[in-house]
Amino acid sequence: MSSVRTLPPLAGYALALGDDALILAQRLGQWVARAPQIEEDVALANIALDLLGQARTLLSYAGTVEGVGRDEDDLAYLRDDRDFRNVQLVEIPNGDFAVTMARQLVFSAYQYELYAALKGSADPTLAGLAGKAVKEVAYHRDHATQWVLRLGDGTDLSHARMQAGLDQVWPYIGELFESAGTTSQLPGVAVDPSALRPAWESYVTEVLSEATCRTPEPRWRSRGGRDGLHTEHLGHLLAEMQHLHRSHPGATW
Amino acid sequence: MTAGNEQGNDTGKRGWPLWEVFVRARRGLAHQHVGSLHAPDAAMALRNARDVYTRRGEGVSIWVVPSAAIVASSPDEKDPFFDPAQDKVYRHPTFYDVPEGAKHL
Repeated sequence: MSSVRTLPPLAGYALALGDDALILAQRLGQWVARAPQIEEDVALANIALDLLGQARTLLSYAGTVEGVGRDEDDLAYLRDDRDFRNVQLVEIPNGDFAVTMARQLVFSAYQYELYAALKGSADPTLAGLAGKAVKEVAYHRDHATQWVLRLGDGTDLSHARMQAGLDQVWPYIGELFESAGTTSQLPGVAVDPSALRPAWESYVTEVLSEATCRTPEPRWRSRGGRDGLHTEHLGHLLAEMQHLHRSHPGATW
Repeated sequence: MTAGNEQGNDTGKRGWPLWEVFVRARRGLAHQHVGSLHAPDAAMALRNARDVYTRRGEGVSIWVVPSAAIVASSPDEKDPFFDPAQDKVYRHPTFYDVPEGAKHL
């Protein structure tokens, strides 16, 4: 399928935001039964399910706007990696708990600013989703913040691993704030990602400073997720996520 | 904040103390004990409680209390504690005639 070039801008925008949420939901789901404590297992699964809910709304909407009859399942299960528009940040492996918490801090702080701004969108579906999701994401951000503070300002070992986690995810944050082609074609509807960065930066910087961690200064950065260019990790993730639906189309339970 | 830790009680195998969780379902009701969980400190206990016990809109308020802070009556003391109440009928308000028409006593 070559959906990358043919999607209307609004469908492409909804798909990009939906793919971020969908792929991170799948990643977080991989913690289930592997988290440090059963309570954390439940917390991560909850966050994953919040994201999945957002993804369902966004993918369904992308399909509706596209108007060729693809529903949320078609979009989630029947696209190949080059057709996914998520940022690479959400597809990289979970790593240890500190890596996952570093990614959660970065991503939920971004999503918080995104949805807070998207609440004012001229598109009622996007505005409605954002109004509901901003409350969910406020909790995701708080959850990650609590852990970054505790690990960063904890023992020598936890501090070193938290810093290593931050170092590992920082090369991927640039993509979040890049103004992709679709956003400029949707004035009043889409949010310009670059406008979100100052508020994001001030929140994250404060957390890192309280956690006694330094802001990483990576020497490279990721590019291309919004254009369908992904790390080798996405294919493996999709294989797991899509296998059942592709092997047994229309299966229900 | 980390009373359970400082007291060194009830820490599980992996070092997180146990917390008792109380949830108030609606305004005007009392907090009810709903269960317990492990958490490294009070702030995380509150968040874990939110995740474990109020996922389906069960509550509007949560208390978490270090399990070590709860003083419980012992099953061995059950008789001296609770038995005397049973045979003193005059402690139960059973000797009144309920006036007709009083529906809400």
